[in-house]
Amino acid sequence: MEFLVASAIGVMTAAGIYMVLRARTFPVVIGLSLLTYATNLFLFATGRLAIGQPPVISAAATGYIDPLPQALVLTAIVISFGMTAVVVVMSLRAYLETGNDHVDLPGDASPEAAEDDWKLRARKPAPAAARGGRGERA
Amino acid sequence: MSLALIVLLPFIGALFPALMIRAGRSACATTAFVFPLLALVLLLAQAPAVFRGEVLVAAWDWVPALGLQAGFFLDGLGMFFAGLILGIGLLVIVYARFYLAKSDPMGVFYSYLLLFQGAMVGVVLSDNILLLLVFWELTSLSSFLLIGYWKHLPEGRQGARMALTVTGAGGLAMIAGMLILGDIAGSWNLSDILRNKEAIQASPLYVPALVLILAGCFTKSAQFPFHFWLPHAMAAPTPVSAYLHSATMVKAGLFLMARMWPVLAGTTEWFYLVATTGLVTMLVAAGIALFKDDLKGLLAYSTVSHLGLVTMLLGFGTPLAAVAAVFHILNHATFKAALFMNAGIVDHEAGTRDIRRLGGLLQLMPITATLAMVAGASMAGLPPLNGFLSKEMMLHEAVDTRWLGNGWIVAALATLAACFSVAYSFRYIVHVFFGARRDDYPHAPHDPPAGMWLPPALLVVLVVAIGLFPDSVAGPLVAVVARAVTGGAVMDYHLALWHGFTPALGLSAIAVAVGLGALVAYRRVRALWQAGPHPEAKAMFDAFIAGAAALARAVTHGLHNGSLQRYLAFALTAFTLAGFAAFLAAPHAAGTRALLPAHPAAIAAWVLLVGGCALTVMLFRRRVLSVLVVGTVGLIVCLAFIYLSAPDLALTQISVEVATVILILLALYFLPKEGPQSSSVRADPLRHLRDGVLAIVAGIGMAGASWAMLTRDGSSLSSYYLDNSVSGGGGTNVVNVILVDFRGFDTFGEITVLGIAALAIYALLDGALFGRTGRRLGAWSPDRPQSADRHPMIMVVATRVMLPLAMLVGAYIFLRGHNQPGGGFIAALVVSIALIMQYMASGFGWAAQRVKVNYHAMIGLGVLVAAATGIGAMVLDQPFLTSTFGHFHLPLVGEFELASAMAFDTGVFLTVVGAVMLALANLSRMGRWTSPYTINTGAMDVDPRAASGKEQG
Repeated sequence: MEFLVASAIGVMTAAGIYMVLRARTFPVVIGLSLLTYATNLFLFATGRLAIGQPPVISAAATGYIDPLPQALVLTAIVISFGMTAVVVVMSLRAYLETGNDHVDLPGDASPEAAEDDWKLRARKPAPAAARGGRGERA
Repeated sequence: MSLALIVLLPFIGALFPALMIRAGRSACATTAFVFPLLALVLLLAQAPAVFRGEVLVAAWDWVPALGLQAGFFLDGLGMFFAGLILGIGLLVIVYARFYLAKSDPMGVFYSYLLLFQGAMVGVVLSDNILLLLVFWELTSLSSFLLIGYWKHLPEGRQGARMALTVTGAGGLAMIAGMLILGDIAGSWNLSDILRNKEAIQASPLYVPALVLILAGCFTKSAQFPFHFWLPHAMAAPTPVSAYLHSATMVKAGLFLMARMWPVLAGTTEWFYLVATTGLVTMLVAAGIALFKDDLKGLLAYSTVSHLGLVTMLLGFGTPLAAVAAVFHILNHATFKAALFMNAGIVDHEAGTRDIRRLGGLLQLMPITATLAMVAGASMAGLPPLNGFLSKEMMLHEAVDTRWLGNGWIVAALATLAACFSVAYSFRYIVHVFFGARRDDYPHAPHDPPAGMWLPPALLVVLVVAIGLFPDSVAGPLVAVVARAVTGGAVMDYHLALWHGFTPALGLSAIAVAVGLGALVAYRRVRALWQAGPHPEAKAMFDAFIAGAAALARAVTHGLHNGSLQRYLAFALTAFTLAGFAAFLAAPHAAGTRALLPAHPAAIAAWVLLVGGCALTVMLFRRRVLSVLVVGTVGLIVCLAFIYLSAPDLALTQISVEVATVILILLALYFLPKEGPQSSSVRADPLRHLRDGVLAIVAGIGMAGASWAMLTRDGSSLSSYYLDNSVSGGGGTNVVNVILVDFRGFDTFGEITVLGIAALAIYALLDGALFGRTGRRLGAWSPDRPQSADRHPMIMVVATRVMLPLAMLVGAYIFLRGHNQPGGGFIAALVVSIALIMQYMASGFGWAAQRVKVNYHAMIGLGVLVAAATGIGAMVLDQPFLTSTFGHFHLPLVGEFELASAMAFDTGVFLTVVGAVMLALANLSRMGRWTSPYTINTGAMDVDPRAASGKEQG
């Protein structure tokens, strides 16, 4: 079992790093998710593995797994959701601003990052009446 | 206390001139004058004690935890230098009042000057060497400001930069040296370090410390080969040159060598490093000085030469040489400051300080000429002036010194330097004041106002007085200073004008004869000089700086080319290497802990996880698919948590997983669904190979580290939590009790961060609705065919039915959280998902019209509730977030438990719901923004246009 967990951590780390190194924002987000899984699993594993010994105090329990890593990982999961959300929204905003989802900003190293894909998009024929319906900004 | 006040007064004074300048130039100068005067009075008040041989100390705790004490101490040496700094400072302040033009910002000048003065006094009075280093750097910085005072002059700016670079670099070296020294001595207090001579000189780190400290001293005191900055610093106004570059700052290096003399001197390394540097500097600078046409240039090189003389004397390492050094510092300060002010007067009144355009000023400026003659003769070392006395002592010591076994070379070279010294001193007098009167001076020369000639006159009086009555005027001072420098060695010396016919007197006579001869034959000597090579230090310095800048630029741009991908690859490589270095250095083979058997289901899950990761990597350009595959991986992690006794984690993971997938899919609606061809493996195989290798190596490292860890036993502090969870926190679910009770403060921080993240998301998304991105969104057309069934009936019905059920589950999870798996975090995620499903089923517009909850306020409320729980404990005189719990009885419900941690968990719940909903709802709001259709009135409807389009198609 230990080997399965250790190798799973390694595989998720490798996949996460590979994805994080991609040039477009979306794979980077996915890679961050994978790295999050790997990190959380690793942190959880610092309490060592145990089967059927949840850290819930009861008279029938034969033993307890280390509860502290679990508490840390629980908040880590929630915080990493917050992080993923911010990163996703940032990549979305960057895409809307620059017309391109390259991780480099236009004007930096990659010439690709300077292209504005939006200019190539088909523009929709906007019906005036329909546009009026998008009224609620609140 | 008064010691600290002496240091502080100039700093306090530095605040005023810039304000007082509004009251006029004289008021400004008077303010600047008062503070050093007070400091000087305080200093002189301490003088009797110092002359009695006492050492005054004022100390207070600085960083008590590190045993650091900040403090000042006053002994003979400190008093001597502080007196020089404050006394000559007063003269310079008076002089500058008349020297500076109306257009010069005088307030700023005096502020800089007092800042510098305070830093210098700090250097000479500091007891703690770290404090000393701070003041030392401050002198470099304030002198930079002073040298560059005339900002409009490029020479001033360049000179200031050069001075800062050279002395700053030396200062950095000195910091290292001082740290080594303090480490050897085991104390940061000079008074302790000075008592540890044997330990320091026996240490293997003595030589590195010595070299580093000397680097600081030599750069500051402009010793060869760092001498070049001083002449360029002469672009400063003359009061600055007189003050910094003759009397004070350049003496800081000498001061420190004298201060450290008791512990550092006396070794062969010290002798050859310091004495040789001093000798070379004295000779080279004296030679250059003779051929400088700029009065201040001549004086600058002469200063370098005299600093070299003092350095050499300190380097000899004998107590008598130290006495001579101290005496010469005093003498040099008097005659050289007088000469600098004199050069300033000539420049001011005649309009030039180029010797070739001067001459014959004797009758036009009689007072100035007289002062120059007396001070210049002292510089040349003529009797009966003070310069003669210390030069005699120097030659006397030089005669007694053997260098590499050679008995005459030091004396010979010192005499040669003395010849040059006589020659340039007389050149200053003869070529400026004697000769035919000219009719092409830029201004009509005349003597300056008394305010300008009185300060140098005062110094000239001292020059003569010390020369005539050395023992009564300077004797006690020299004695007490020499005692401080040498650490109390007993010396037999006698300050007197006449010592009888000694070898030194003979050498002096030779120097005067040769020097005067050289001046008579000046044209021929100069032709000889000009035939030789003249390395231009400034060009070399500039080339060095340009080279260093080019190297830095090459390295920086090589590493930082603007590509985030590259930075990340570098950073990850560095982490991986560091990780492997640590891993391989520690015991890392598999341990002996008993392993758990692998259940076939676990193996199957593992295969799914590895396959999921592989698919993610292979499908990275097909984004919708990769979201799904990553979701699978997340689910398997969740299963692993269930299997491995972590029910809370499993619940959290699965609910977060759902929320994350919804979030990513909402974003993906706008983002391109496929990565471009240019990022495919085929387009750039090398980059993918690099990333792949890096990823695999890092993965192996993580797997190895995990394996090494999992096969070993470890100790943790968890038994405390297991033992105290029920009795201290009132809950049986230890994970939840840790979160809301034991480590509640951490959780409080976490929810705050989550709330901030949600607000940041809101800001990012809300801003996108306006301006350029707003127009882009307005012109948005979906890049995929849209379903005609905008709000499908099945989904609407299912989510409606599930809503109350989900709410109930949420409440249940929340309530049981303290004792069974569950709690605020998980309950919040469950409720959020149920709510967001309503948005998905019937559309944002429809849902937003019906949901009146302000999520911003909800986040704030949650944080406030959690904080109030904590503060409630404080009201009851308990530490923040102390929890309490009790058992209550309600009719019908029966016995139940209520813990204050429950209120805290409510805060967690509210914040998390608010944060998740704020993020997701705003993403869907953006989708609504781009939609061309009106908001549906019914909960479920069909897109009429898409349907009709289909019909037509």
